[in-house]
Amino acid sequence: MIRFFLKRLALTIPTFIALMFITFVMLRLVPGDPIEVRRGERGISPERLAQLRHDMGLDQPVWKQFLDYANALLHGDFGTSIVSKSPVLHEFLTLFPATLELTITAMLFAIVLGIPAGVIAASRRGGVYDQTLMGLALTGYSMPIFWWGLILVLVMSNTLHLTPVSGRVDLIKFYYQPVTGFMLIDSLLSGQEGAFMDAVRHLILPMIVLGTVPLAVIARMTRSSMLEVLEEDYVRTARAKGLSWTRIVGVHALRNALIPVVTVIGLQVGGLLAGAVLTETIFSWPGVGKWLIESINRRDYPALQGGIMLIATIVILVNLFIDMLYGLINPRIRHAK
Amino acid sequence: MKFHKLLGAALLASSMLVAGAANAKTLVYCSEGSPENFTPSINTTGTSFDAARPVYNRLVQFTPGTTQVEPALAESWTVSPDGLTITFKLRPGVKFHSGVNGFTPTRDLTAEDVIWSFDRQWKPDHPYAKVSAGSYDYFNDMAMPDLLESVAQGGDNMTVVIKLKKPNAPIIANLAMDFAAIHSAEYAKFLLDKGTPEQFDQIPVGTGSFQFVDYQKDAVIRFKAFDGWAGKPKIDDLVYAITPDATARYAKLKAGECQVMIAPNPADLPDMKANADINVLEQAGLNIGYYAMNNLKPPFDKPEVRKAFAMAIDRDAIIKEVYQGAGQKAKNLIPPTMWSYDDSIKDVEYNPDKAKEMLKAAGVEGLKIDIWWMPVQRPYNPNAKRMAEMIQADLAKIGVESTLVSYEWGEYRKRMQAGEHMTGMLGWTGDNGDPDNFFAVLLGCNAEGKPNSNNIPKWCSAKFQEVVNKAATITDQAERAKLYQEAQKIQAEEMPQVNIAHSTVFEPISKKVTGYKVSPLGAHEFQNVDIAE
Repeated sequence: MIRFFLKRLALTIPTFIALMFITFVMLRLVPGDPIEVRRGERGISPERLAQLRHDMGLDQPVWKQFLDYANALLHGDFGTSIVSKSPVLHEFLTLFPATLELTITAMLFAIVLGIPAGVIAASRRGGVYDQTLMGLALTGYSMPIFWWGLILVLVMSNTLHLTPVSGRVDLIKFYYQPVTGFMLIDSLLSGQEGAFMDAVRHLILPMIVLGTVPLAVIARMTRSSMLEVLEEDYVRTARAKGLSWTRIVGVHALRNALIPVVTVIGLQVGGLLAGAVLTETIFSWPGVGKWLIESINRRDYPALQGGIMLIATIVILVNLFIDMLYGLINPRIRHAK
Repeated sequence: MKFHKLLGAALLASSMLVAGAANAKTLVYCSEGSPENFTPSINTTGTSFDAARPVYNRLVQFTPGTTQVEPALAESWTVSPDGLTITFKLRPGVKFHSGVNGFTPTRDLTAEDVIWSFDRQWKPDHPYAKVSAGSYDYFNDMAMPDLLESVAQGGDNMTVVIKLKKPNAPIIANLAMDFAAIHSAEYAKFLLDKGTPEQFDQIPVGTGSFQFVDYQKDAVIRFKAFDGWAGKPKIDDLVYAITPDATARYAKLKAGECQVMIAPNPADLPDMKANADINVLEQAGLNIGYYAMNNLKPPFDKPEVRKAFAMAIDRDAIIKEVYQGAGQKAKNLIPPTMWSYDDSIKDVEYNPDKAKEMLKAAGVEGLKIDIWWMPVQRPYNPNAKRMAEMIQADLAKIGVESTLVSYEWGEYRKRMQAGEHMTGMLGWTGDNGDPDNFFAVLLGCNAEGKPNSNNIPKWCSAKFQEVVNKAATITDQAERAKLYQEAQKIQAEEMPQVNIAHSTVFEPISKKVTGYKVSPLGAHEFQNVDIAE
């Protein structure tokens, strides 16, 4: 098992280096440098531009900048944001809990609804349930996130007044300092009456919006995988043994059907982080997605690179974890040459 | 054990906050982004200036809702007869915020604070010169290093004397700008002694109507009312809810989650105006969007060709389509809210037939030009590409063939300033409300008669330059206004560029809010604002 883990870990190193190189070069291929963008129509004298470029190290050849960056990264230094002048790692860690809270709840939402929906659809194959659920899943999968978010705000917040429009907390009623960065936890720690429910209400819409696509994918995956398993011999044997349908589906079939679903869930993590960029923008959710978008607009190279590297690290680690999980569930993979 | 203590402290603090919050008046402002930091002198964006504005004052300030300058931390000032010395008398008893970041001031505002605040921006040996990698853009943009001889204490520690290298009237307006905010020298020293000078730009201490409480990046900035020299504001808490998306801001305003919002989508305006709970305030912005013809490239060296172009462009159609009604046709370079605006200037009429004749008379036939359009949306030009297409169609009607050209924004501006374009569009948003900030910046030339880089039409007129230079050196505003009116007449006569529009600034606010004024300078200020329960 340990050998398997080490092998997988070793494989991530070239991925990481390639990623670092590609993001570094790509960002520099995009026209416009941070100083010019910041100056706008106001302009800047060539001498002052040269001075500022020198101060930021932008006058060095790109390969030199890359080596310096890689060297700093090896020492755990992600650089300093050009815009806010604070360390990139610090900014990321301040904002990441918000993204994590959103993605975890969205994923839970997708799993908790998606797997039962898939199971029900599979066990009622071709029936009304199956067709309705799969129709809904297809709709969810093809819906543009931005549009879906705005519609929900319009209906749920502006018309029915059930949920707040955006943000993470009611700014007039509540004020507490972030301790963990997770509002669901911080609101409880604050001890303020109603703070937790307020945090939950703020989370509902973004969670639904971000969770919709994975929900659809998981539901469809569970259904097809379940259908396959239900055709297996051992299911027939179980039925012949006279086991109840619930027991066959819930215990025997589901466990085997979940293997590909776990993989899909792992793959969705990357997608969730990408979706978070849009969701955070719609709901003014102070996470890393929104921060990256702003960094692109301002050509804040260090923030962008650092942010992308950190997110990539997380995605790589999650996939590594899924690989491991997969290995645990299915020994054949672990021992395959 | 430790956790229990923490929880206990949190409970106590929050119960106090809740008790305090029960009767507090809170105003929430839906802002559009996170500030770079809280020191205006090292920032360049309106978002950052807005975030620091509640905390700070300057020697002088703009009267809310106007571009007129009034006393602030300086209760009065005098200018010497030669125009080279300005003496400021500081207001006595001005208190700094107390209790922010563990800092308790031991003294009131003195000349030391004023000198400290200016010196940081131009004295390389100042202990804070390099803190936060400070590049003092506005101080340099407003040519302060070229203007200032010295900033020093006068006879007592409540007098500040600014000596100039040459007489300059607009400098008083410069001092009302955000970059000239007055900081606490004592707080700076406090942080330096603690070894955390960078906190100076993150946790601000000033003399303004609101004291900084907390900032959570990309989420919220909180301030509380401060009973300072200008009196206690009517609201108790001021909260900036950072909401980058305009649709989300409007949804929040409708839901009562904020009471004032910045930058609405033009498409939402009719709905906002129809909403019984919302007031839509509007004002002509302190800006100009223009279409420049490069006077150094023939045939644009001929005024009659430039006039023919001006006559060929249907600006009414542009206002309707590009600005979606949120703009007003510009006949002068400066907007009508600015003092010295000459309303007697006759606007160019739209007359393609006459324009065609004029071109023919000037001997211009089969003209092929390029039209440059900006790749970004700016307040003074919400859709440059569409504008370029409309101008292209208008010019085709007078027999001018054109191609559209654009570059990445930084590159675009650089090439245009270098004069590579034949014709193209750009614009300007005013800094200090002084006409000099438009005329000298946008049409200025140096002593050798070469255009400055921001002079996009690359037009130099000795007569115009003389008038504008003279206006900058005299202090009497009425006399200056006369000179700027003359400058507007010369411009209308020579038509170096086509002034397209001044965009209108809209600010939707809740009807519960009173006392809010739209600033022509784009500032968002809350010291005089009240909110009904």
